[in-house]
Amino acid sequence: MTSPGLKQTALDAAHLTKRFGPLLALDDVSLSVPVGACVALVGESGSGKTTLLRCFNRLVDPDAGTVRVDGVDVATTDPVLLRRRIGYVPQDGGLLPHWRVLRNVELVLRLNADTRATERASSALSLVGLDPSTFGERWPRELSGGQRQRVAIARALAAEPSVVLLDEPFGALDAITRSELQESFAAWRARLGMTCVLVTHDLHEALLLATHIAVLRRGRIEQIAAPSTLVAEPVTEYVRTLLQRARVAQFAGVA
Amino acid sequence: MNVLLFLALATQTSMSPAEARPVIVASKPFGESYLLAEMFSQLLEARGVRVDRRPGLGATEIAFGALRAGAIDVYPEYTGTGLLAILGEQPLGSSGEVFQRVSREFRGRYGVRWLAPLGFQNSYAIAVRRATADSLHLSTLSDLAVASRTLRAGLTPDFIGRADGLPGLQRSYGLRFRDVRALGPAVKYQALAAGQVDVIDGYSTDGLIARYDLVVLSDDRHFFPPYEAAALVSARLATSDPRAIAALGELSGRLDERQMRALNQRVEVERTPVPVVAQDALSSLGLLSTTSTSSVRTSANDRSLVGYLSGQRAVIARLTGRHLELVAVSLIVAVLLAVPIGLALERAGGQAEGVIRAVGVLQTLPGIALLAFMIPLLGIGVIPALVALVLYSLYPIVRNTYTGVRDADPAAVSAAHALGMTDRQILRDVRLPLATPIIMAGIRTAAVIDVGTATLAAFIGAGGLGEPIVAGLALSDTRMILSGAIPAALLAIGVDAGLALVERLTRPGR
Repeated sequence: MTSPGLKQTALDAAHLTKRFGPLLALDDVSLSVPVGACVALVGESGSGKTTLLRCFNRLVDPDAGTVRVDGVDVATTDPVLLRRRIGYVPQDGGLLPHWRVLRNVELVLRLNADTRATERASSALSLVGLDPSTFGERWPRELSGGQRQRVAIARALAAEPSVVLLDEPFGALDAITRSELQESFAAWRARLGMTCVLVTHDLHEALLLATHIAVLRRGRIEQIAAPSTLVAEPVTEYVRTLLQRARVAQFAGVA
Repeated sequence: MNVLLFLALATQTSMSPAEARPVIVASKPFGESYLLAEMFSQLLEARGVRVDRRPGLGATEIAFGALRAGAIDVYPEYTGTGLLAILGEQPLGSSGEVFQRVSREFRGRYGVRWLAPLGFQNSYAIAVRRATADSLHLSTLSDLAVASRTLRAGLTPDFIGRADGLPGLQRSYGLRFRDVRALGPAVKYQALAAGQVDVIDGYSTDGLIARYDLVVLSDDRHFFPPYEAAALVSARLATSDPRAIAALGELSGRLDERQMRALNQRVEVERTPVPVVAQDALSSLGLLSTTSTSSVRTSANDRSLVGYLSGQRAVIARLTGRHLELVAVSLIVAVLLAVPIGLALERAGGQAEGVIRAVGVLQTLPGIALLAFMIPLLGIGVIPALVALVLYSLYPIVRNTYTGVRDADPAAVSAAHALGMTDRQILRDVRLPLATPIIMAGIRTAAVIDVGTATLAAFIGAGGLGEPIVAGLALSDTRMILSGAIPAALLAIGVDAGLALVERLTRPGR
């Protein structure tokens, strides 16, 4: 995608294969993510996009192939420590319902025995647009869906990780909340400059947020390109159909 | 409540040292046994022997098991029961021969002594309504065998099972009832009188036989062995306390069947309290000075249920306190065992269901059987009762703990995992708190079951509200039953409500 050497590689997956019983979830997949980039993994259910994402923080260990984070082979690192330095945002927020909002945001900081956990969690809440004094002491169930997802993002960002993995982070939200949050997320990313991998089935979201889009199908990458390139020059019939079905032609024109 | 103090007391009462301990007088759970035990007790006390009363022990297995283990010192038993139910031998010969046989065998095998018989026999009595006897011309069991295909029998479970009961009777006489129903001793006479059944088993000295004008069919083939009543005495008492043995011996040969039936009738029909009847009986035999002061001597017969309960309130309060102690201690121990087991099973994964099912099997053991098994190990009293209650409480708590932590909010658990919590941290900080309401539900279930099961404690002399229930059932005394059952029900509701409060306080993310 980008010529190596210009930018450092934050995440690198080489020749990953993963099988779940009869299903080949990843079939010799390779992907490199430069520092500061945001790669969107796009595809249908079962295309392997979530499996690929989960290889980066060892929620999944591939049957074959190598994953490197900041140049280090993750197979040689402790998965628990690895996860503590990579941000993670699941689709449904995954807030712990028996902890108040601030305690949720402090999660990773406390796991890392950060003495400034409360302070840093508060500023993460402020960053995602939630006033810590108003929201910090609330229970997750007292929040709207959009607020919950903001808390989940604050929790992922609080320890200021260099890499954040997002698994359909806005998928469960209504259209208006989703587009609000997408815009906010683009702004936070621009400000913090962290490397992101974003799983989505929404091509619009990918075009809006990502610096690179990888289209996956049946465990293989069909095409990986910058958004404008992807729209202008789809290399396979599948990608073309995907673009047509998502009606992104006019979007491409605007972009 | 001070749990440790209670446990210390419990240990003391159930395993006190042999020296200087009072003579422990027990009975089986039926009217005549209560009465004879009370007569033993008052006689011993009149002769200056300290007595500890443990009436209403489960059944033959438990009472004899306790005597053999030295947990009790004396209870009234019948030679025929000793021969058939305990020695497992066939019926033989005259009453004298049976007594000789059981005396020799019990002394040889168990070190347990039969004192000389009290003078009366209390055999099984197969009884029918007078109308039935007249219309079918029944006077013997052979007559009954001819008519049995048209008759419904209501028999005590004990009688249905034992070799000297229904199975032997069927073999010996060729009895084939149209229907055999298991009926508790407390209800069989009413069931017969109401025409629900046609034939029952009773005891020949039952006071209710006369009351309901029943016909006892004669055992013309001499199937039933002689059931002579006598004091059965532990090895410890027989060898160490000649004064007590001499006192008990004063009753030998002094009671005949007519007298016994009259005494039983006072207890079972007239509802005169057992201590009063016992005192009167001993007085009329000249064994007690008639001037002995009586404490609670009024017959409560003429009072309403409310009046009765109010009169018994001190006793009820004491029994309720003991009941609550049994429930609280067993529940706390069960929680301390079951919650860690449930958590460990979540980690064990595949084996969990098998282990939980094995714990569940404990639940299916009949309480009396479990208690009978434990007597050789733990004797009688509070300790075996607590052990049994703990075993019965484990299943709902283990099951709910396991299910609760296993099914804890999967989204929260997987997020915690993805953000770098260890499995231990997830179990302790995520799964366990999220499972708390389900675990508490299991504890509440166990507590309510526990309150009910704790009534069984009365069968092994651990006290509690089962005491009046067991005694009331034995004496067919509804008010006495209710004086245990009503507080037990209220206690169940109260314990559940109390735990509901605990549950609200421990609920995560209130």
